[in-house]
Amino acid sequence: MAKKPKKKREPVPPVRLWGHIVAFAWLIPGGGHLLLRRRGRAAILGATITLTFLLGLFMRGAMFEPKTGDLLTTVIHVGGFIGDLASGSLYLLATLLGYSQADMAGYAHDYGTKFLVAAGLMNILAMVDAFEIAVRRKD
Amino acid sequence: MPIVKLTHFEATVLLAVAISIVLGVTGRKTDRERLLYGLKCFGYFLVAIFGLGWLMYLGHG
Repeated sequence: MAKKPKKKREPVPPVRLWGHIVAFAWLIPGGGHLLLRRRGRAAILGATITLTFLLGLFMRGAMFEPKTGDLLTTVIHVGGFIGDLASGSLYLLATLLGYSQADMAGYAHDYGTKFLVAAGLMNILAMVDAFEIAVRRKD
Repeated sequence: MPIVKLTHFEATVLLAVAISIVLGVTGRKTDRERLLYGLKCFGYFLVAIFGLGWLMYLGHG
């Protein structure tokens, strides 16, 4: 059987090209696009991610803490914590101002928790997009 | 802080709208492709929401 030709890996561009943009994109949802002068996309991403996060808070969603234990507990809590943390300043502000609340029973709170994590995951997508624009892999 | 209480359907559809917007904006290269991809993702979400909803309803007997 013929071997598949190995795909050449693209070298990682120097951090000075994209480091500050990805960091700002993490801190302020849509901020990376704003630095790259993609104002329309920045506004859409910022508004969508912020609204999702706020809805999660208003639904009394819980913030995850990086608890470890058995495999499932570790995956859920550490994964959830990373998802929450990915919202950047929204997460930091909510935690510092005391809006982080304990997990409560009820489907509405459960949806709130998912909204909070989803906002962080959407911000990761925005950060990756900002990175690709910064290194000119995308317009 | 205000309290928002949505039904299962409202919460799921709202999340689907938000995720579709972000996937659309970040997933394609031109504005037209972004719009179409966002709509396509939302359509898939709706199919999954209604499909799984009916599956759970019928599974309950």
